[in-house]
Amino acid sequence: MAGNSNFQSNNKVVNWIEERMPIFSLIDGSLGASYPAPKNLNYWWNFGSLAGLALVIQIVTGIVLVMHYTPNTELAFDSVEHIMRDVNYGWLLRYVHANGASMFFIVVYIHIFRGLYFGSYKAPRELLWILGVVILILMMATAFMGYVLPWGQMSFWGAKVITNLFSAVPVVGDSLVQWLWGGFAVDNPTLQRFFSLHYLLPFVIAGVVILHIWALHKHGSNNPLGIDVKSPQDTVGFHPYYTAKDLFGIGVFILVFAYFVFFNPNYLGHADNYIPANPLLTPASIVPEWYFLPFYAILRSITFSISIPFTDIVLIDAKLLGVLAMFGSLAVLIALPWLDRSPVRSSRFRPMYRWFFWILVIDSFILGYVGAQKPEGIMPTLGLIGTAYYFFHFLVLLPFIMPKYEKDTKLPESISNPVIK
Amino acid sequence: MATNENKNGEGVTRRDFIHVAAGGVGAIAAASVVWPLVDQMNPSADVLALASIEVDLSSIERGGAVKVMWRGTPIYIRHRTEAEIAAAKADDSAVLPDPATDGDRVQKPEWMIMEAVCTHLGCVPVGAEGGYNGDFGGWFCPCHGSHYDTSGRIRKGPAPRNLAIPPYQFVADTTIVIG
Repeated sequence: MAGNSNFQSNNKVVNWIEERMPIFSLIDGSLGASYPAPKNLNYWWNFGSLAGLALVIQIVTGIVLVMHYTPNTELAFDSVEHIMRDVNYGWLLRYVHANGASMFFIVVYIHIFRGLYFGSYKAPRELLWILGVVILILMMATAFMGYVLPWGQMSFWGAKVITNLFSAVPVVGDSLVQWLWGGFAVDNPTLQRFFSLHYLLPFVIAGVVILHIWALHKHGSNNPLGIDVKSPQDTVGFHPYYTAKDLFGIGVFILVFAYFVFFNPNYLGHADNYIPANPLLTPASIVPEWYFLPFYAILRSITFSISIPFTDIVLIDAKLLGVLAMFGSLAVLIALPWLDRSPVRSSRFRPMYRWFFWILVIDSFILGYVGAQKPEGIMPTLGLIGTAYYFFHFLVLLPFIMPKYEKDTKLPESISNPVIK
Repeated sequence: MATNENKNGEGVTRRDFIHVAAGGVGAIAAASVVWPLVDQMNPSADVLALASIEVDLSSIERGGAVKVMWRGTPIYIRHRTEAEIAAAKADDSAVLPDPATDGDRVQKPEWMIMEAVCTHLGCVPVGAEGGYNGDFGGWFCPCHGSHYDTSGRIRKGPAPRNLAIPPYQFVADTTIVIG
């Protein structure tokens, strides 16, 4: 990072600081003209910086919301209404924070699919990719606990359903859930610890983001051609080329964000969460926020147990199997750098993989749709097919089928010379 | 360094012992510090000190049901009809994912008392309010589609176990104490 900077200044104060703590060359080497980036990055490479911005927005709005919120089952719902009605600009801060979570997930999901399409997870960027999956998992935990804090009906029942996932763990499941709850049901101790952790985890995410960027800067960005940078002609300085391009992306992002905040602030939420939590009454349908829907569909798709054939002995019951499938859907992403055996990174030179990439995208949307529906009619079957295909893609297609049938493709000579002759 | 080596040429030196001893003490110290941090999340003394509750059943008519709260958990008390009891008994021999006879699940056949917590992921099944009661006429969990029969036994869907029976006893003909 700082090592490749040839930072120089005529400013005496800057030089005095730089001599004692080389922060200016660190910034210059990380985001400045001294950080070489492939010159062919397209707009799909904007979503990393957008995710960083979304994290900052969540932390800033979250810290000020805490100045008005009360983490107590008797007071939480009213304190959120107090923020909406009484606190100066409270409505704005809360709507930015609530919609900001959705915006964060949108850009992160696009960022992930960008990585899948252009093979950004392949050597030497495996650890960079794994750190990204860790960030996704931390984001999911943070978003889930944050959604519990307003203590509406969806908050309460979402908390109950998700914490109950851990009761599927053999032997210690029930003790584990009571430990998570701090009681025999989701109640005030649960709310208070979720508040504490919801405040903590974004800073853990920020720490892993620093590792993510550190790992990124070791080998630099992947690029749409998926080939290595061969010479300085293949790169441009990060500043001003990509700082300007990232700023343009931020402008577009803020337009979309502002539409939701100012014109449709509750579109991505659920009306039931404006009803105070009632432990006696489950809502007619419990639906998680949109960004959890594909995972929720995977969880619900398993309604059968694995038994020893011709006996009544159940090895893994349906509930545990569903939970394993849901966590497994994230685990396969961690293993992906070793499941995809092709040395070619970019889908541009993998015509067969390109098809399966788009089928995976469609599969994710189908799972998301199924996750939003009641488990009736064709939905459970559709969810099971979608889940089976998801795992088929990562566990069978990539490691075993594609290497047999995928034809070797000729890669361009270099980024500066991209036309294959 | 040569001076730290055991002069007799044995593999284990006094320095190795110091390392292991220091590491061991450090590990025990770390564990003793971590444990309070973990255990503080378990149910606290006031949550554990839960009183039992007394419920008067006399106002519940045949075919009706009430929900009461015990330890933060909703409890269903259903006054079953003869038809419901008969249906539950008839199904004792059916294929049950979590086998139990109706007789084992009740103290008095007309009073079905159990936790209204789906054993799948903890939703409150519907059943006593009228409307759809599932394919077996007992309870239906709207969250993920688990069907329970009139004895609260799981019959269909993702839930692994029958609805749990809380500890309770009849202190009078129509009065129970739960807990």
